[in-house]
This record gives sequence, C-alpha cells and structure tokens, in this order.
Amino acid sequence: MISYAECSARERLALLLDAGSFHEWLPPSERVMSPHLAQLGVPSAFDDGVAVGRATLDGRSVFVAAQEGAFMGGGVGEVHGAKLVGLMQRALRDRPAAVLLLAESGGVRLHEANAGLIAVSEVMRALLDVRAAGIPVLVLIGGANGCFGGMGIVARCADHIVMSDVGRLAMSGPEVIEASHGVDEFDSRDRALVWRTTGGKHRWLTGDCDALVEDDVAAFRAAAIAAIGESKPFTPAALEQEHALLTKRLHALDTTDTTDRDEAALLWSALGIADARQVPELSVEAVRALRTA
Amino acid sequence: MQWNSLVTQLFGPYHGMREDGDFLQGEVIFDGEPVAVIGTTNHAPIGVRLALAQARVVLDTITQHPGRPILLLIDTQGQQLRRRDELLGINRAMAHLGASIDLARRRGHRVIGLVYDQALSGGFITSGLIADACYALPDAEIRVMRIPAMARVTKLPEEKLTALSQSNPVFAPGVQNYVAMGGVRALWRGDLQACLRDALAHTPTEDRRARDGAERGGRRMAAAVVQRVLDAA
Repeated sequence: MISYAECSARERLALLLDAGSFHEWLPPSERVMSPHLAQLGVPSAFDDGVAVGRATLDGRSVFVAAQEGAFMGGGVGEVHGAKLVGLMQRALRDRPAAVLLLAESGGVRLHEANAGLIAVSEVMRALLDVRAAGIPVLVLIGGANGCFGGMGIVARCADHIVMSDVGRLAMSGPEVIEASHGVDEFDSRDRALVWRTTGGKHRWLTGDCDALVEDDVAAFRAAAIAAIGESKPFTPAALEQEHALLTKRLHALDTTDTTDRDEAALLWSALGIADARQVPELSVEAVRALRTA
Repeated sequence: MQWNSLVTQLFGPYHGMREDGDFLQGEVIFDGEPVAVIGTTNHAPIGVRLALAQARVVLDTITQHPGRPILLLIDTQGQQLRRRDELLGINRAMAHLGASIDLARRRGHRVIGLVYDQALSGGFITSGLIADACYALPDAEIRVMRIPAMARVTKLPEEKLTALSQSNPVFAPGVQNYVAMGGVRALWRGDLQACLRDALAHTPTEDRRARDGAERGGRRMAAAVVQRVLDAA
C-alpha cells in the first residue's frame, strides 16, 4: 500500500495510470513558467505546479492533470490555470474516454491573485464544456493540501469525485475562517473538527463525493477505473434534484439546538446515519457502508 | 452605486425589483422585452442560502421563460466565511449556482454580469465570472485581496507590490485591471441603457477572456499557453 497523500503529483501519475503511459504536454523541460512569480523574485517551477497530458487507464485513453501541492500549495496562477483550460479544450476536440483531475490546491495563488481568479473561472467553464459534451470528468482528492477555494468549486462541477478519508474538500480553509471570525467560530488547530467539517468521511456521508477510498494509490486507481464511463450531463431535472438536496440540507439543522454539540454528527444524524457520533472512529470500510442514499 | 439608483437608470422608476435582505430579484421590461434580474446588495457575503436563492431564480427562468435574458447584479464581499457553511458544503452550493447559470447559457439565455459595487473572490466566481461576459461600473471594486493583505500573506514588501502593480495588473485590485486581463469585458459609462442594449446584442457566447487579456496586454500568457497545450505533440 502506497500513501496517495505522501506522493508527489508526478508519483501519483506514474502509479495511478497504466505504467509508462503518461505523455506530458508542456513538460518541465519546456519551462513554461509564471512570469509574475519571476517579477516578485519568488522561486518558480518549470511546470508552474501542474502536469498535464494524455495516458491510458486500464487500457482506455484519458487526459489527465495533476496539481503539485508542494509548490505554492497547488495554487492556481495564470499559467497553471491555462494549462488546465488547454487540457479541457483539447479533451473537447479529441474526445478521450475521460478527463482525470488529480486535484491538490488551496485555490487561487495569492501572488498573482487577479489572474488566478479569472483562470479558475475559465477552468470551470472549460470543464463544464467537457462535461456537457458527454466526456466524464473525474476529480481525485487525497493530497495533504486538500482541495480548497475555487478548486473546491471546480471539483463539484465534475461528474465524479473520489476522496480518501485524509482528503479534504471545502471552500475557505479553517485558518481563513478563524482569522475572520475567531477561534470560537472555527479552531483551525482542532484537527478532528477540521476533518469532521471538510474531510473525506463527511463528504462521503453527505454525498459530496461519489467514492470514499483508503489513502492508497491502488485504491484511487481502482475507483477511477470504476467511474470512467459515468457521464452525468447537467439537465434541468438533475439541477432541480441537486437544488432539492441542498435546500433540504440547509434546513437540516434549523430546528436543532446545536449549542455545545457537534454539528457534523447532528447533520449526519439528520441525514439518517445511525450512531453518527462514532463516525470519526470508524474505518473507511465501515463508513462506506453507512451511506443511506 | 446604490442598486435602486442603478435599476432606475436602467429600467425606469417602476422597475418592480424587490429587495429581500441582501437578495435582489425582479422581472423587468427592457426595450419592450422581459429580462430576469438577480442580484445581491449590502456587500453580501455569499453563503449556502444566498447561492441557492440565486440558483432558484435561474432554474425557474430556464423552465418558465426559455430564452429570457438574465442580468446578474453583483455586490459581494466574497464567500461566507463560516464553519457552518463549510459543513453544509458551500463549495457544492456555489458549484450548483455556477452550473445553473452555465445551463441557462447553453439553452440560449443571454447571461450578463454587472459589478455595480464590489466583487470579491468566491462571491464573484460563480456569478459574473461564469456569465457570458461580465461588465462593471467605473466606480466598482474587484479584487481577491488588497495589497497590504497580499503583502502579509505572501511575505513580500508592500512597497514592492505597489511598485509592480503600476505596470502589472495581476498584482493590484481595480476594475481597470480586470478589463486589461480580460476578466471584465468593458466598463459601462454614461448611458447605461445603451450599455445594456449593446451587451445584450453583442456579448459573445464563447469564453474570450484569455484572448482579450492577451490583446489588451494585461494577461499575456494565458491564451498562448492554452494554444500550446492544444498544439503539443
């Protein structure tokens, strides 16, 4: 068993895809780098923190991107975002069996924030184009930096999300919320609270991810192979269903006194999960069996 | 600009727009045709509730009024920074709003964004930035963060960032910088009705922002990098 969380982006590509099948576009040797980091005198990366290319997965043609969390937390800058957009546009043109996004990102890269913000929205539009064309987009989340900010929204625009229990998917990081509203709102050092709020088990129980796996590259590979044919085009009916689900969830805690009680466990109970308070202690396999819908 | 003053200029004093807390909604008549207007005010933080309220109107417009144009009026301080919203999946609610607007576009609705006051980060990304195109008033403010906050987070000297921002729009807030980068298609000055009329008639439906950024010199690499990925052997 090889920890997905501890792998670099390129190690994940090497281990997750069919052996030796990854062919990279704009590899580090081409040095397509951020012009803005250079201006700031900040160390740059030869790939701007993301590798994109084509490969095979279980013999099928896929396009794939992997964000490197060790470089600026996987933050999306102008070039990084443009590589993702290029990959999506190429998928629209060449029609692979699926697009895989190995997401690990804090969202917009603050060193080039204006360009990063626009770039994330361009990625979102390009991804929705791919999805609308019936090509499934799979997002894999299990890196130490999680999937946050605009990339947390991008992930939820995809057809299918695979997460490990150590993976995190959300919008604002706990540190940002604590800085804004105080430690009583969100204690970012309370790791158990952080994972109950954003972690893989929570996202599985709420249906925010479609597969929950162990922190194991082979498990991610198996889950990706299982999902590769699952295209879910957006339709008015699908969006109405999504709207109803989110509305119900919004009101799930309305009539509950949550003072000094764990809101995550209360929400899981409201969603019909038995013994919700035990969830953080349970194994991935046990949590997987708990989901009711 | 106050939203009421804005919609009065655009649609006359009997516009019929309603304010419900921070949420704005209305069916207005413009040049004799109905337009669905959705917006926020008071620099609203966008949480799950406000994201869903906006998505509701978009979905209703798709089902009840096929093809009707949608105008998004933007004034937000960004996403709601609360633990409860994160627990409830604020990113999923935002994605739902974005996907709803995206579906409207695909079904032939013109979707126009207008930043009339301020637009920040997560509150902007699934509204104006996912419309066919986004416009702004000259006095509006668009940013991810101000330079002092950026200096703290990046641990770079504030003076350096300020100096660099004079020549590179990527580093500093401001609507003019977002125009230069292609994120905002144009500023609306003078006759706002003429601006809206022009936007409804001429806004492109494909995403031109990277090309605009290159042509305007504010975001020089994005379009070229996209093309290189398309052309790579």
